[in-house]
Amino acid sequence: MTQNNAAKIWHEVASPFCGIASDDLTIEVNGSTVKILENGDAITQAGFETPITDTQPRIQGKPASLAEAVEHIANLFRHSQQPLIGGLGTDLNGARAALALADKSGAIVDSQYSKAAFRNILVLQDTGYMTTTLTEVRNRVDLLVVIGSDIEATFPRFFERMVWNDESMFGQEIESRQVVFIGKAPSGDASTSPGGRKAKVLGCADADLPEVLSVLRALVKGKQVQASEVGGIQVAELQRLAEQLLEAKYSVLSWSAGQLDYDHAEATIQTVCEMIKELNATTRSNGLPLGGKEGDTTVNAVASWQTGYPMRTSFHRRFPDYDPFINETQRILNNNEADVLLWVSSFNVAVTPPQSNASTVVLGRSGMQFETEPEVFIPVGVPGIDHEGRTFRTDSVVSVPLRKLRDSGLPSVFDVLTAVEQAL
Amino acid sequence: MLLKLTGGRIFDPAHDMNNVVRDIYVRDGRIVDAPSDGKVDQEIDVRGKVIMAGAIDMHTHIGGGKVNIARTMLPEDHAEAVVERTELLRSGCGHAAPSTLTTGYRYAEMGYTAGFEPAVLPINARQAHMEMHDTPIIDKGGYAMLGSDDFLLRMMAANADQEAINNYVAWILTHTQAVGLKVVNPGGINAFKFNQRKLDLDEKNIYYGVTPRDILHRLSTAVTELGVPHPLHVHGCNLGVPGNMNTTLDTIQGAEGLPMHLTHIQFHSYGTEGDFKFSSGAAQIAEAINKHKNITVDVGQILFGQTVTASGDNMRQFAGSPHAHPNKWVCMDIECDAGCGVVPFKYKDQSFVNALQWMIGLETFLMVDDPWRIFLTTDHPNGAPFTSYPHLIKLLMDKSFRNDMLSTLHPEAQNATHLASLDREYSLYEIAIMTRAGAAKLVGLADRGHLGVGAAADITIYTDNADREVMFSKPDYVFKDGQLVVKNGEVVKVTWGTTHVVKPEYDASIEKPLQEYFDKYHTMKMGNFKISNDEIADDGRGSLTIQPLRQGGKL
Repeated sequence: MTQNNAAKIWHEVASPFCGIASDDLTIEVNGSTVKILENGDAITQAGFETPITDTQPRIQGKPASLAEAVEHIANLFRHSQQPLIGGLGTDLNGARAALALADKSGAIVDSQYSKAAFRNILVLQDTGYMTTTLTEVRNRVDLLVVIGSDIEATFPRFFERMVWNDESMFGQEIESRQVVFIGKAPSGDASTSPGGRKAKVLGCADADLPEVLSVLRALVKGKQVQASEVGGIQVAELQRLAEQLLEAKYSVLSWSAGQLDYDHAEATIQTVCEMIKELNATTRSNGLPLGGKEGDTTVNAVASWQTGYPMRTSFHRRFPDYDPFINETQRILNNNEADVLLWVSSFNVAVTPPQSNASTVVLGRSGMQFETEPEVFIPVGVPGIDHEGRTFRTDSVVSVPLRKLRDSGLPSVFDVLTAVEQAL
Repeated sequence: MLLKLTGGRIFDPAHDMNNVVRDIYVRDGRIVDAPSDGKVDQEIDVRGKVIMAGAIDMHTHIGGGKVNIARTMLPEDHAEAVVERTELLRSGCGHAAPSTLTTGYRYAEMGYTAGFEPAVLPINARQAHMEMHDTPIIDKGGYAMLGSDDFLLRMMAANADQEAINNYVAWILTHTQAVGLKVVNPGGINAFKFNQRKLDLDEKNIYYGVTPRDILHRLSTAVTELGVPHPLHVHGCNLGVPGNMNTTLDTIQGAEGLPMHLTHIQFHSYGTEGDFKFSSGAAQIAEAINKHKNITVDVGQILFGQTVTASGDNMRQFAGSPHAHPNKWVCMDIECDAGCGVVPFKYKDQSFVNALQWMIGLETFLMVDDPWRIFLTTDHPNGAPFTSYPHLIKLLMDKSFRNDMLSTLHPEAQNATHLASLDREYSLYEIAIMTRAGAAKLVGLADRGHLGVGAAADITIYTDNADREVMFSKPDYVFKDGQLVVKNGEVVKVTWGTTHVVKPEYDASIEKPLQEYFDKYHTMKMGNFKISNDEIADDGRGSLTIQPLRQGGKL
């Protein structure tokens, strides 16, 4: 970091707002105003530059002190038959505090991003997978197959950093890398090679992905397929892709579970993952699930090591009680099975709590707007802007330190939840 | 506050005390001399009881990515071992891949006061420390893993001088906050990324032209020259492969007298004799260990039942994946740094191979003469969960129990071993060496594993019981840094142990090529890779303890 008169410039800043957690941002902080100077994109700009507006907690819409707000929340928990701690957009220590509170109060924990995350977790718990991480992709990928996902829409810098980097460690000619999309076509040109070669697109509807990928898997295994077309894709095209996969030295199959937004997409991911295992009988191939922004990977990791289970775990019976279907936020709220909803969203003002009959407490990023004023709102600091923290990348291997860039005085999720837990 | 433990029978091998009746005094977390005025604040009558330092597990997978994959992957295993919260303790789960909280409680309840994570991938070290930070009561530390990382292999391919490699090793140990250095299937994890499926000791990585033998030599030299107390911690080539005893014997020979720790040796002691082409190499391996005083080993005993294998060795884990039970598994390539493989496994007493693995482990324990050079592990959770240690101790201390167990196993396997004819029974003193004094010496913990004045007051007190499993399952008292944490086998106070590290000096010039390497090839900045001391202190309950280097350590 260097000092620059009134403004402060920070280098090598990590972003928790996208699952690839780029940590090469240069950021200028002037008072409480944050501006990305280098390596920003649409997602990190919204993440870092959203201004602070409100700083005071509210109880039933009226200004209150932090201590009063904490006591009010503790009181709600004391009288609750079943609290639900949801959203969980937070960092390492916020997740730790949320789990400690859940354990003590018998709450259920779930994350805003569970719907997508569980499409991968269910595969892990049923058959497992072979995966790789971002630096391996950057240096080794020779064939990238993107499954049903427009990566650049949610990971704007993925291709720049992991596919079209200047140099591979192993002397690979970068331009020779092949990119094939199955399903959605890319929305921009990020996947086009530096030499101008566009990615190949085998387009199909989401609804056809299960069938298309089953056929691709069959072809990889050398099975005969009678049909000549599947989901609008010529089987001959899939046959060519199967051959490419078998010939590639280090293929990577990537998907963003958030974009595979249809019922039982986990079965599609499982088909891909089993195909990858089969490819490894003779060559190397790996999966690369993309997700994990705003604490998504972090809260699942922390819950797993502290309790044995990822999200969607209830502590009502005094022990961790995992059920990925029963302990789902929207189902619980629809059935009035929780009377208090504590919603944590410290990264994103747009991630507001779902409407429900439960008394709602929000630990939210400053500036959050509500259709219905919650029972309690506490504006909290953003990890990596207002306080230090740590967050996991999409691969759940690398975690990066998050810095405190400004002194806003906003409490952290850890501060607030620890205070609530101690008050109980 | 001065505490007096009166009249216990002391087993303190670091001071040659074998069943010596003596009082122990504790003040401010340390063992102190008897007060000159004889005044004590609290006295506990421990006459007749067995007193040892707190036990130290020098190889246990308790923190980091692969353990956490195992946890997430195995909800059905946890479901049979969920742990309710109490007024004092958090809820969690036990068995093969226990939660961090339950791990700390269970270790303390068995009289353990420290555990060391043996496979800390440098790029994943931050997570390993986060998990260990959430592991209560016990002290912890990690061995950073090198040997398949591209930075080292590039240096070696370019014939970098040893001093540069020493510098890199010291830099890694410092910035991953590690206490030792580990190598797993040297170069093999890297070779797997180039689609090599095996790598023998003298086989070249097809890209770098470097052999496992070269890597072992470079890294063990670095550890020795830096003065890091813990010898290079080696998970050798060809884990689990029938006939790998020859690789292991070559590795011992190839150490050329440099200190080297061969971990979970049981998995590396297999011959190819007999109808099943799978036999025990324990006798030859034990003979080699007895002969080569530079070699230490831990056993990695297997015990029967469901567990999960979690290893950095994705080459061998991929090969073993058809045996997954239940049938699910994960293999990962990781960040041009390492890899991992997680394969659930059920050891069956009526399987010839598994029964023989059980026997090979025990044969090794019984045939290695020097208890200062062999350590009690199950390679938790790979051979069995650590909670089976009291059972394992009974197997070592009670020949008739051992032979009763043996007689129930696969009959062909019984015929393939001389285990029944081995009369040795470990003594309490030898158990204290293996699990306390020897382990502390091996890891390089100056103030742990013994009961001398000045030592940290990590003390375990047992009621002597001929049934050693009962005795070692439930100590009467466990003190951690002088605080009573366990009484009658139950946690009565939750403390947070320290993190042991070493900080060998390095020449900052190493950061120039590292900076270039990170900028060019990595997806993380070098500055963000480094784990600060503050991160270990974290929310205030963590702490760092820097252990001294060996005298004569140099850069």
